[in-house]
Amino acid sequence: MNIMSLTAVELSKKIKAGEITAMDAVRAALEQVKKVDGEFNCYVTVDEEGAFRRAEEIQKKIESGELTGPLAGVPAAVKDNMCTEGMLTTCSSKILYNFKPAYTAEAVLNLEKAGAVIIGKTNMDEFAMGSTTETSFFGPTRNPWNAEHVPGGSSGGSCAAVALEECAFALGSDTGGSIRQPSSFCGVTGIKPTYGTVSRYGLIAYGSSFDQIGPVAKDVTDCAAVLEVIASYDPKDSTSVKRESYDFTSALVEDVRGLRIGIPKDYFGKGLDTEVKESILKAAKLLEERGAVVEEFDLSLVEYAIPAYYIIASAEASSNLARFDGVKFGYRTGTYTGLHNMYKKSRSEGFGTEVKRRIMLGSFVLSSGYYDAYYIKALKTKALIKQAFDRAFTKYDVILAPASPTTAPKLGESLGDPLQMYLGDIYTVSVNLAGLPGITVPCGEDSKGLPIGMQLIGDCFQENKIIRAAYTFEQSRIYERCPAAKAQDGKQERKDGR
Amino acid sequence: MASMISDETIEYVGILAKLELSPEEREQAKKDMGNMLDYIDMLNNLDTEGVEPMSHVFPVHNVFREDTVANGNEKDKILANAPEKKDGAFKVPKTVE
Repeated sequence: MNIMSLTAVELSKKIKAGEITAMDAVRAALEQVKKVDGEFNCYVTVDEEGAFRRAEEIQKKIESGELTGPLAGVPAAVKDNMCTEGMLTTCSSKILYNFKPAYTAEAVLNLEKAGAVIIGKTNMDEFAMGSTTETSFFGPTRNPWNAEHVPGGSSGGSCAAVALEECAFALGSDTGGSIRQPSSFCGVTGIKPTYGTVSRYGLIAYGSSFDQIGPVAKDVTDCAAVLEVIASYDPKDSTSVKRESYDFTSALVEDVRGLRIGIPKDYFGKGLDTEVKESILKAAKLLEERGAVVEEFDLSLVEYAIPAYYIIASAEASSNLARFDGVKFGYRTGTYTGLHNMYKKSRSEGFGTEVKRRIMLGSFVLSSGYYDAYYIKALKTKALIKQAFDRAFTKYDVILAPASPTTAPKLGESLGDPLQMYLGDIYTVSVNLAGLPGITVPCGEDSKGLPIGMQLIGDCFQENKIIRAAYTFEQSRIYERCPAAKAQDGKQERKDGR
Repeated sequence: MASMISDETIEYVGILAKLELSPEEREQAKKDMGNMLDYIDMLNNLDTEGVEPMSHVFPVHNVFREDTVANGNEKDKILANAPEKKDGAFKVPKTVE
């Protein structure tokens, strides 16, 4: 048996049953990291020693019956923009190359309390700004299905690590699609919860009014189980919402009879790859055959989502990233004359090109004389987009869409033309603008063998509807493991003597 | 219409952003920002007359709590990340003559 081919929920059952230990699971994950991470570069930091120490502590708690949940003893990875006490947290940026936080992010603490073993921190686009994981200071992550392609981004390291079975599941963060798009490119499942569901305390901010942490895993069941653990009301996050229910696993039901699914016509026009389109529509057909009521409709305002998103996200980034100044943590320039010169040089040397581009744009749209024309205009556009979704959700329970207009592009194809790269976020950013939950599930592959993901969008706090629809769809489709993960099976079995 | 970003604008934005750009970076920034603004200008096609700007999707109000200390003294942990420190404080270049 290859331990790492199991889902998190299956793995924890075996640990609870005493068939394997938490240490065995950590060992298997770390062995896989050693075998494949040199090629794919999913991790920025791997904490081998700490992982074994924590696994031993958790194993004791499992044996004593103190820990019984579905994540107990399961090896997990965390995107490198979430603070982990004493463990390097870089945001894949030079400016945080040596930063070891004094505290742990609330979502990660919740995972630890549930007995998950954090084995390391995953690569990402610098400060989560990018759609390919190529803007990382530590080099790009590669696509698990074809190393010549990107894994998507910005949570590319987390999604690739799950597909490559270098962890049982991972946490990502989603500001404009950063969980849903790389999940689609890597053939895994990821959820961006309703804004305010998972605490942002300890998540290094990019666009605070959009940022949400969410799970990335092999299947919908794991994602629901992880979301149930990480979601919490947290007074330390002023935008945290006290939800009526934190139960997501009860939605794991194979039944979509009567579920009203809307397909926005405006998502299926120009720019959408034909193979992606066919695959998504086939998935919609399947849900219809299972009893869902599927209908096309006009969402409207789709073309305004990207400009509004980039204005607001860049504005918030320019403000959030003002804290990186070479004084309290991170990189400080070697030579300088005076305080302001030290700030400027530390920031200019510490930030990469894409981050500087967005800080500049953000500073511009917030500057006096342009504030009303750009920033306020974007906030008004956001209000109208939210209204368009509100109207749609009076008629539909779930909106079905692609996660991205194409499958994963080749490495090096995207960064030359930033605007072109931003346009790839067309199906994901409006969900962040409106604060909605969204899930990506694998639904096929293109003729190059690259995965295609379907996105299901729900109304605020209606995660359970998209989880139920995604779970039902998933029952008709076997989880496809990437070739680099399957290649390890033979080797593992021989070692086990089976 | 191509948005022309002047040298003065880039200089001013650089001051706001606390970034020092090399001559090549400045030229690139002018081009990138111009392209982006050209694209963003499509928002002018959308009538937003009378629409209330929306900062948060939910009605978020100030969240208050009692001003009580909940954590311990973490001075050493926090100072451990300082690029330079002296006598239990962050060390910065002289700011006041």
